[in-house]
Amino acid sequence: MDESSTRVGTIAAMPVDIDIAKVARLARLALSDEELEMYGAQLGDILEHAERVQALPTEGVAPTSHPLPMVNAFREDVARESLEPASFLSEAPDVKDGQFRVPRILG
Amino acid sequence: MSGWEAVIGIETHVELSTHSKMFCSCAVDVAGPPNSACCPVCLALPGALPVPNEKAIEGIIKIGLALECTINESSLFYRKNYFYPDLPKNYQISQYTFPVCEGGKLDIDVDGTTMTVGITRVHMEEDTGKSTHIGGGGGRIHDADHTLLDFNRAGVPLVEIVTEPDIRSAAEARAYGAEIQRIVFALGVSDAKLEAGSMRFDVNVSVRPVGDEVLGTRTETKNVNSLRAVQRAIEYEIDRQINVLETGGKVIQETRHWNEDTGVTISMRIKEESEDYRYFQDPDLLPLETSAEWREEIRRGLPELPAARRARFIDAGTDAVTAGLLVDDSDLSTLFEDAVASGASGRAVGIWLTGEVVAYSRRTGTPIPDTSLTAPHLGELTGMVDEGKLSFSAAKEVLIAVMDGEGTPGDVAEAKDLFQVSDSGAIESAVESVLAENPDAVNKIRSGETKPLGFLVGQVMRQMGGRADPKVVHSLLRKRTGA
Amino acid sequence: MGDLADLTILDAGDGLRAGDFSSADLLEAVTRRAAVTEAHLHAYLTLDHEGAAQAAEAADASFAKGEDRGLLQGIPIALKDNMCTRGIETTASSRILDGWKPPYDATVVTRLREAGAVITGKTNLDEFAMGSSTENSAYGPTRNPWNTDKVPGGSSGGSAVTTAVGSAFGSLGSDTGGSVRQPAALTGVVGMKPTYGIVSRYGLIAFASSLDQIGPFSRSVADSVAMLDVISGFDPRDATSINAPVPNFGGSLDRGVAGLKIGVVTEFMGEGIDPHVITATRAMADRLAGAGAEVVEATLPSVEYALSAYYLIAPAECSSNLARFDGIRFGHRTQVEGTTEEMMAHTRAEGFGPEVIRRILLGTYALSAGYYDAFYGQAQKVRTLVRNDFTAAYGHVDVLISPTTPTTAFSVGEKAADPIAMYYSDLCTIPSNLAGDPAISVPIGLDDAGLPVGFQVMAPSLGEEVMYQVAAEVERLAGFTERALLATSTVVAP
Repeated sequence: MDESSTRVGTIAAMPVDIDIAKVARLARLALSDEELEMYGAQLGDILEHAERVQALPTEGVAPTSHPLPMVNAFREDVARESLEPASFLSEAPDVKDGQFRVPRILG
Repeated sequence: MSGWEAVIGIETHVELSTHSKMFCSCAVDVAGPPNSACCPVCLALPGALPVPNEKAIEGIIKIGLALECTINESSLFYRKNYFYPDLPKNYQISQYTFPVCEGGKLDIDVDGTTMTVGITRVHMEEDTGKSTHIGGGGGRIHDADHTLLDFNRAGVPLVEIVTEPDIRSAAEARAYGAEIQRIVFALGVSDAKLEAGSMRFDVNVSVRPVGDEVLGTRTETKNVNSLRAVQRAIEYEIDRQINVLETGGKVIQETRHWNEDTGVTISMRIKEESEDYRYFQDPDLLPLETSAEWREEIRRGLPELPAARRARFIDAGTDAVTAGLLVDDSDLSTLFEDAVASGASGRAVGIWLTGEVVAYSRRTGTPIPDTSLTAPHLGELTGMVDEGKLSFSAAKEVLIAVMDGEGTPGDVAEAKDLFQVSDSGAIESAVESVLAENPDAVNKIRSGETKPLGFLVGQVMRQMGGRADPKVVHSLLRKRTGA
Repeated sequence: MGDLADLTILDAGDGLRAGDFSSADLLEAVTRRAAVTEAHLHAYLTLDHEGAAQAAEAADASFAKGEDRGLLQGIPIALKDNMCTRGIETTASSRILDGWKPPYDATVVTRLREAGAVITGKTNLDEFAMGSSTENSAYGPTRNPWNTDKVPGGSSGGSAVTTAVGSAFGSLGSDTGGSVRQPAALTGVVGMKPTYGIVSRYGLIAFASSLDQIGPFSRSVADSVAMLDVISGFDPRDATSINAPVPNFGGSLDRGVAGLKIGVVTEFMGEGIDPHVITATRAMADRLAGAGAEVVEATLPSVEYALSAYYLIAPAECSSNLARFDGIRFGHRTQVEGTTEEMMAHTRAEGFGPEVIRRILLGTYALSAGYYDAFYGQAQKVRTLVRNDFTAAYGHVDVLISPTTPTTAFSVGEKAADPIAMYYSDLCTIPSNLAGDPAISVPIGLDDAGLPVGFQVMAPSLGEEVMYQVAAEVERLAGFTERALLATSTVVAP
């Protein structure tokens, strides 16, 4: 099934401008200006290669999300024992009163 | 808001009351000690994989069928990617193109008028964990210095029902919310408790000058957790947007937060830039196919929906308001159905249930099933009233005693000596004695006044200790005075 | 008899059943071997001495009672450190998981334990399996035992090396674009990627979910079958696991290749492939023909786009799969003060190495609004075309053959600064991952520099039996018995 037809955006000309700072924010990576510049340049090179995929005519070709044509893997609605909280809380960086603790959410 | 029209769409999130979570076998137990219902899957530990709960899929199909949606033969799970601490994977498994259900509708009644709200889609997703904001002020996110995370709720099956922007007022929105709640509850797929958060609304509101075709800029208001809040939040947001526009401002497309205490919506101040969800089909999950047989099997298993039930109760003799009250309370509807099925008058049973029975329950704080009232009691009671054996006020006394557990209506009426006197001789002698004691009144009646007749009826009833049939008294007095 | 550590799994099993030696003896042999080789090679990140000793003891007790749970009972096996082991550090070679002890076992680990295998420890990899040289490890690189100036390949370099040098009898790796077959080729062992869906991914730290598949390293084709027999099969915890009985993988090992039709992939026998590798591959193809196979040319026209498609699909999936590493529930958290959002961003930037950051950025970009269709969407369509090419080819041949890698092992540091050159190491292996098909690398000899050459056999989905049938013939024809310098007993003896 072809889902791309309903998606916003078109098969555009190769974008040369990568807003690498925005990509890093989306990916939650705090990178320095030097790192952004380095990764930005490398991404440009890699995407130039990746651009090759656009050369192949794919009209009417369905995308493959999954290597095998299988459907419907389900689980019965049966509740089973959960993990002992200590077994995973002991691995967390900051725990308080049996809960995971994080710093303030709003700046 | 003269000159302005509101355009409203509602997203309803419904937690399904399955035994286990959407993608793992942890119990759905949001009330347990923090993080006591968690496993590698719902904690998003490295390496864990999701497997969908078949019962949850059945649940969403039921909702879709009840809302007259098309159930897609093939449906896909997507990842909605965004970072937030209550979302363990930092993506939510949800749906994008090809949700389970699309294109339905729901008829709602608003002040006696029926209107139709289009349902865009109903899709399957998973709930997030629960955040508790600590430090700073009163546990609010805005001034907290830390947040605690409990992932018991993370991964609970969540169905999202999205309407078309068909709603035009806060009252319509409220009526829609109430009807969705009834349907989901009737289907038995969720406890649909707004106060417990198992059902939540996000309201999308925009305003435009009346007559405009173009939609205004909309806001999405979250944390709307009661039907009353739906109405108030929308009213507030309509007023706010009109005010912004009338003072030359622009409505900003943003997410806002309804504050129940202050009665206002406030901006969440989330950078819109970050809302690029990078949806893509979840490679850990297979396409979901619903065969015609499966869909049909689920359709056959659907219970009667509230609208159909209301219609049936009206057919049984109740008025629309009473039918609505009965259908909204499963205890009342069960008693009603059983009493009517055994031959009682629907109209009378409906009035007793929505009147005295509810009043008793409220007054005493006793849930109706905990009282001694049964459907046969109701049949017996209304039968005795119909046959003139009990006056209305006596019947009320009997009912209360029955609910208190003093016996059947017949036993109680007997024991309390509340049966109406059917011996016309006794009534006639009381009439004679009252007439003899009140010659003035008799004269006035004979000269054409009608008012004293009521006075005489009262006098006879008093002599009879209230047990005479007032209709019989009335007709005897008229005969004797020539009124 | 030489050192026990040099036996194949099947020979070691015969000895265990004959009472010639115990599982504890086997464990001691690989532990002794590791004591010598690790200082040079750094194949292991964690050695679980205690757990392994207990498992060996339990296996010996089973043999004593006459209990036999199959060919892996009592056999020391190493695991790539991206498979979760309960209570044993599992890092995926990343700083972000430094010290993490999972509260659960991966399904393959459960299966190995149930089969009585002895898990020796956890092996080094390119961080989160992203790389082709095992240089991208937060804990330092692994070296090639044939020449320690060379890389062992990757990302499962540590596992490949343990099997190559005898610090394990076999090992598990994961193969997303060649991460089992490529290091197998570069270290002279057998490495196999199964059909997508026959080995559970539950507990495998995901890199690219639609491509990842766990597969065995071994010193013989028959050992590979024995390992796959244990780790494969339906797992209700993995929705992408095939819910059907697995094929009889080893059913045709002894049949030879007479009557089979074998296609040499034209696209992998020319430009971009080292001429010596082409020569060796061609020679083996000729010998297969001599053994009775019909060897023909086969073409996969879209395959030249496979690498580009792969380097969009895999990063896209990884950008989402690795979002959960946020410093909240496990692993590293930054010391930088700030909001939760800042905490996550610094934790991730500190915890991930450069190759992982590069791929997360690439994948995030490829999925973002406005670029999805041009990159990710288009790559998925190319994936369809690659699959169609394979389907068409298998319409007239039973298996496809090619070199496993364009070159033999390259030097440490040679490609570290050039991501694209590194990506080309997986040129011949990536297509099978895109198609979801099984493929195996079998060592067929050494090049002029004394480095192993790998030969790849590819088969259609669930075609493991015919794949192994051909691989076994390749193994017989190659007669490859050389051992890496660091795997010889002369090194072990002081």
